Amino acid sequence: MGEEKIMTSATTEMAISKVPRRIRWASLGPFIALAVVLLVGTMLNSNFATGTNIANVVTRSAFIAIIAVGATFVISSRCLDLSVGSMMAFVTGIMILTMNQLEPSMGANAIIVGAVVGLLVGTACGLLNGLIVTVGKIDPFIVTLGTMGIFRALITWMSDGGSIPMDRALREPYRPVYFGDLLGIPIPVVITLLVALVGAFILYRTKYGRRCMAVGSNADVARFSGVSVAKVRTIAFGVQGLCVGIAAICYIPRLGAATPTTGQLWELQVITAVVIGGTLLRGGRARIWGTIAGALILEVIANLMVLSNMVSEYLVAAVQGVIIILAMLAHRFIK
Amino acid sequence: MSQNYNHNRENEMKLTTKHALAVLSAVSLVALTATSAVAKDNRTIGVSIPAATHGWTGGVVYHAEQAAQEIEAAFPHINVVVKTSPSATAQVSALEDLSVGQDLDALVILPFTSEELTGPVERVKESGTFITVVDRGLTDPAIQDLYVAGDNIAVGANTAQWLAEKLDNEGQIVVLRGIPTVIDDERIQGFTDVMEDTNIEILDIQYANWNQDQAFTLMQDYLAKYPQIDAVWANDDDMLLGVLEAIKQSGRTEIQYALGGNGMKDVIELVMANDAMTPISTPYPPSMIKTAIYMTAAQFAGQAPMRGNFKLDAPLITPENADQFYFPDSPF
Repeated sequence: MGEEKIMTSATTEMAISKVPRRIRWASLGPFIALAVVLLVGTMLNSNFATGTNIANVVTRSAFIAIIAVGATFVISSRCLDLSVGSMMAFVTGIMILTMNQLEPSMGANAIIVGAVVGLLVGTACGLLNGLIVTVGKIDPFIVTLGTMGIFRALITWMSDGGSIPMDRALREPYRPVYFGDLLGIPIPVVITLLVALVGAFILYRTKYGRRCMAVGSNADVARFSGVSVAKVRTIAFGVQGLCVGIAAICYIPRLGAATPTTGQLWELQVITAVVIGGTLLRGGRARIWGTIAGALILEVIANLMVLSNMVSEYLVAAVQGVIIILAMLAHRFIK
Repeated sequence: MSQNYNHNRENEMKLTTKHALAVLSAVSLVALTATSAVAKDNRTIGVSIPAATHGWTGGVVYHAEQAAQEIEAAFPHINVVVKTSPSATAQVSALEDLSVGQDLDALVILPFTSEELTGPVERVKESGTFITVVDRGLTDPAIQDLYVAGDNIAVGANTAQWLAEKLDNEGQIVVLRGIPTVIDDERIQGFTDVMEDTNIEILDIQYANWNQDQAFTLMQDYLAKYPQIDAVWANDDDMLLGVLEAIKQSGRTEIQYALGGNGMKDVIELVMANDAMTPISTPYPPSMIKTAIYMTAAQFAGQAPMRGNFKLDAPLITPENADQFYFPDSPF
């Protein structure tokens, strides 16, 4: 008990000492960048700032944002998960198959069972990644590169390379989860906000959050202060998996199908969102709200590329790359 | 092999007799003619195709396996070996495996890329194998004995002609492109060439990589950008499904037609149901692999000579003929 207290106060001090005043300014970086992008968008195209367009963009950034909240846990504990996109496809596949199986006997309630199954399968996939990394002591990059291939192959196999469509009878009852709104706020946005709130609470206000930062900034020091590095990291991967499950719940009602291309390359968008948001790729510092801003920035840029006529369709990806690098450089200079 | 082995054992026994030489030559002569007669009867067709990584290639794998089963059942002396490969490099290795393991009488190949596969296919041909190339041509057309492909330009052009007629040569449309490839370029070219002779304005063309999600997103953006859209051409049925969902969500009513291409079963179902927004599709069917395997098998089954280029047309799929293009068990 005594040891635990010392350790806690030690990590608290570490966390505090890592947030001196001038970095506070830098942590506003992603929000300033988002404001700039929004401003530019409004000036470039009159259709940009319309309610429908903003609602569309914010709603579809939800998947990346939710997964990126999980990735903030993993990355701040100095790990990396490349499998999230494939895992997402795999989880949606399992969910749809479960719901289709149960629909004849349960009707629309099959959606609830499917959602629970999605959360469980997602968490299990995340924990699997985590256990291979921590128990197997293998670099997370390689582990999740491996599971990325495994999940992708599983969804391809499950769908015979085609698609796994959701039963027609489930489409209408499930549709509002993506297309509906709560007091005017689209449901996926509400879910994203909840996930971010809980994520921020855990990372900033709980013992686990402080341990996560301690492990991320210096695993050896954390270990000497009595923190189980393996446990912290395994849980972080579990949280990542859970977030993938939540994202899958919001994703399925949009198109009602899982295909081998579902979630393709999302891992890169997720990592980009996290890093734009101010979380350190080398661990030890997490910015949940920055991550959300990062996900929004990516989606807004993609939206602007289509709305404005300035960029040739062949060069869209290049311009996006340049903007991301510029945002990171600006971040550095604000510091 | 086992025949030769038995044959040798037999020889050893005969050697002990006094008429060794005479009998040996007689027996071996009989055995030799017997084996060569058997070899002439049995034919092996190797099929090398991309692995099922998205809807269309999923369909290719399905139809190749169907064709293999049907041909083997109908003609017991024809053996069809299907190998799928996830990349161009893997396909090169698969070709080596196929030709080392057995004498290939014919090879049916849907090459991943033209450049990388041309050399390896040429080496297979050197041992006398009949070469059938499907869909994507090799850099040197002299290698192939038979070429079966769809017509991507016609996919674009036929859709454009139908659409132009329905819109009375007037209106504003948006187009979604696939993955930057020759296939995509040809379709877009076929479509835009026809549209140039009309008063129809193509407002925008952007890539959505033959991906449903990206098509949904892109269509949302098109809808935000343009207040008046008369029709959408998604160039592919997978993308069309994303487009339809975005239109449904927007509640916009001015869009008269949203068309795809390829003949995916979900879209054929729409056509069969006389859907107002998607009354037609244009085939670039993955079943062309089946056509190619059957044509290749024909010369071994009934000695029907089969050489040259065979271009599958891209006729419009309408409610009247939709059942010809409908494969409910196929993944695509």
